[in-house]
Amino acid sequence: MADRVLELQGVTMAFGGLTVVDALDLHVERGEIVSVIGPNGAGKTTLFNLVTGVYRPSAGDIRFEGSSIVGLEPHAITQRGIARTFQTLRLFLNMTVRENVMAAAYGHTQAGVIRSMLRTPGMRREERAIRALAEERLGFFGERLVGYRWDQPAYSLSYANRRRLEIARATATNPRLLLLDEPAAGMNPNETLEMAELIGKLRDVGGYTILVIEHDMHVVEGISDRVVALDHGVKIAEGTFEQVATDPKVVEAYLGTGAMARKAL
Amino acid sequence: MSDERDDTQPTGPALGKDEWVARFGANRVRRSGALGVLEQRLATVSWWAWLTLFVAVIAALPLGIESGYVRRVAFDTVVLMLLALGLNIVVGWGGLLDLGFVAFYGVGAYAYALLASDHSGIHLPSILLIPLVAVIGALAGWLVGLPSRRLLGDYLAIVTLFFFQIFLTVTNNGDNVFGASITNGPNGLLNIDPLSFFGWTIPRSTSEGLFNVAYIYVALAFFGVVYVALRFVNESRTGRAWRSLREDPLAAEMMGMPVNRLKLLAFAFGAGVAALTGTFASALNGSVFPQNFEFPLLITVYTIVILGGQGSQVGVVLGAVIVSVLLEVLRDANDARSLFYVALVLGLYGAFRASTRLVVVLGGTIVLGFVLRTVAGAIDGSWTAGTAEDAGRAAHLAAEWVIVPLEPARWLAPAAYLVLVTLVLGLTLVGGRLRLAALVPTLYLAAFVWENVLLAKPEATRYIVIGVILVGLMIVRPNGLLGEKRVEIV
Repeated sequence: MADRVLELQGVTMAFGGLTVVDALDLHVERGEIVSVIGPNGAGKTTLFNLVTGVYRPSAGDIRFEGSSIVGLEPHAITQRGIARTFQTLRLFLNMTVRENVMAAAYGHTQAGVIRSMLRTPGMRREERAIRALAEERLGFFGERLVGYRWDQPAYSLSYANRRRLEIARATATNPRLLLLDEPAAGMNPNETLEMAELIGKLRDVGGYTILVIEHDMHVVEGISDRVVALDHGVKIAEGTFEQVATDPKVVEAYLGTGAMARKAL
Repeated sequence: MSDERDDTQPTGPALGKDEWVARFGANRVRRSGALGVLEQRLATVSWWAWLTLFVAVIAALPLGIESGYVRRVAFDTVVLMLLALGLNIVVGWGGLLDLGFVAFYGVGAYAYALLASDHSGIHLPSILLIPLVAVIGALAGWLVGLPSRRLLGDYLAIVTLFFFQIFLTVTNNGDNVFGASITNGPNGLLNIDPLSFFGWTIPRSTSEGLFNVAYIYVALAFFGVVYVALRFVNESRTGRAWRSLREDPLAAEMMGMPVNRLKLLAFAFGAGVAALTGTFASALNGSVFPQNFEFPLLITVYTIVILGGQGSQVGVVLGAVIVSVLLEVLRDANDARSLFYVALVLGLYGAFRASTRLVVVLGGTIVLGFVLRTVAGAIDGSWTAGTAEDAGRAAHLAAEWVIVPLEPARWLAPAAYLVLVTLVLGLTLVGGRLRLAALVPTLYLAAFVWENVLLAKPEATRYIVIGVILVGLMIVRPNGLLGEKRVEIV
C-alpha cells in the first residue's frame, strides 16, 4: 500500500432519514491532487465536513496518516494536519489580511496568556516567527497579497483575493492535506486559470496533498491526478478525468436519464 | 491544457483591477479635512505615551481639587474604566454577549469583604487578597462559561442574565444559609478592611476627613497594569484567536483554534478583571450591598462599551469618562439644562448643517414658544407663573419661553411625555416638509417636558438621556466613537 494520507472506509452520514453520504470509500495518496465532482447536493461539502470533524459520521471510519480521526474535535483534526477552505468564504473580515493568516498559526504555537501579558522573550520570538510565516504564506501568491495589503482589513479585498487569502490562511496551519472547496467558484476565466496553476503549485512547491471540490471541468481536467464523482452520496465513478467524464453514470447524474436520447432527437 | 486557454494567460503580476479596489477602500476609510490631518498626526504618537499622559492627567486632577465629591467621581470613573476594559474582552474581542458581567464585579467585592472583615473574622493582607480574588473571579467566570460555552448570541445572553439574577438572589438571601449568615442579605457586609500593604494601612479618608487620594492612585495603578496586560494579550495569538471566533466561530475552529476553550478563557479574563475591580471598590466603600450590583450598573457598563466602540480599548476608556462625567453633570438641574439646550442645537446643526432648514426649524421653534407662552399666559396666568427647577439665569431665560405651570395638573407630566414619544416616533414615519413642520412642535414639546418633567427627576432623567444618546449614536455611528469600522456580510 502506498503512503495513504487520507482514507475513508464505508463512511455514512445520515441526517434523520436522509442519507447524504452512503458507504463511501475514498483514499488520497501523498502528493496527489484528487478532485471530487458531482451535481449539487451530491454530498461533496458534507464529505469535507466529515473529514474536518464538523459532522461525526453515522458509520464508517476516517483515517488520516494511518490513525482514525473520527470523533476528534475540528480544531484537533486541523492541528493534526488537515486544513480546509470554504465554498462560501469564511474569512475573519474585520481583521487585517496578515492577522487572518497569523490567527491560523494558533494550533502549532505555544505562548500562553500569562507569557503574552508579560511579553517574555520567548513569546516575542514566537510572535516574530508567526509574522514571518504569515508573510511567507501570503507571498506564495506573488504580488497579490503582499506589501500594503498586509495591513488592510480582509473585507477590502476583491473576491478572487479573498479566495487566495483563504488558501493562505489554511496553509498557515501547517497542514499536510489541503481540502479546497470550490476554489475557483465565482472567478472570471483568467482568475480561474490562475487558480488552477496555483493548485498545481501548492502541490509541487508547497508539498501539500490536495483534495479539491470543483465544478469547473476545465480546472478539474487540468489539475487532477484522479477524479471521484459523487451522486446522492454514492461514489459513481473514479479514475482519470477522461475515464470519469465519459462514464455513463456521470453523464446521467449531470444531465439526467435520456439526455443522450434527447440530444439524438 | 487545451490551446485556446493559453490565449487567456494572465500577463504577469500586473495588478490592475484589484489594486484599484484596494486603494479605493483605503481612501474611503480615511477621514477628510482638518480632522483627518489631525487624526493622522495623532496616530504617530505611540500608545504608551497616550496612556501615560492619560493616567498622569487623572492622577493630577484630585490634587488641585479639595473636594471629596470630585475625588469620589474620579475614583468611580476609574472603576468604570476597568469594568469597561473587562467587558470589552468578552463582548468586544470574544463577541460573547455576557449579561452577567456585573455579577463578577459583585463576586470580587463580596470575596474581598468576606476575606477581609470582622464579619468572617478573616483579615488577609491586600497584597495576597487582591490577586486571590481576581483568581476567584476568573474561576467564577470559567464556571459560568462552562455550561454556556456552546451557546451563542441571544441564548448566551439569557443564560448569563440568569446567572446574574442568581447572584442577586443569593446575596439578598444569603443572611440565612441553613442558619448561617454569609452575605448578611440586603443589609450588606459592613466594616470591611481598608487596603493595607505590608502592614501599612491606607485610610479611607485623610486626617481632615477628606477622601483619601491614595485610593484613586491604587485604582489608577491597577488600570494601567490591566490596560497594558490586555493590550499585550490582544496582540498575541490568544487575542487573534478571540477576535477570530468573534468574526466566525466555525472558521476559527477549522483553523485549529479550540473555540470552546477560548470562550471560557475570555469569560474568565473578563470576570477576573471585574473581580479585581471589586476588591478596591469594596475596600474604599467599607461595605457591600446587593443593590450595588444591579441592572443599572450593567446597563451603564454596556453603554460605555457600545458608546466607546466595542473592541477598542481606547474607545471604552473614553466611553467610561464620558458616561461617568455625563451622569454626574445631569444630577445638577442647572448644568443639565445648559447641556440639554446645547445638545439640542448641536444635534440640529449635525442634522441640517448650515442651511435654511436649520434657520426655519430653530426660528420656528423659538417663535412658537413665545406665541404659545403668551397665549397660555393670557388664558390663565397661573399656567406660566411657575419657576423652572433650580432658579439660575438659564432657568429664568427658559421660563420666559417655555410654559411652566405653577401647579401642573397631575396628568400633565405623563401625558406630555407620552405625546412627545409619540411625536418622535411619528417623525420617523413622515418625510420631507411634513417632517420639518412636525419637528418644530416636537422640539418645543421636548423643551416643555424637559423643564416640567425630567429636570424634576434627575435620577430617571440621567438614564433617559443616556438612552437617547445611545439611540442617536447607533444611527449616526453604529460602531461607537472609536470602534473599528465593522462589516457583517460583504
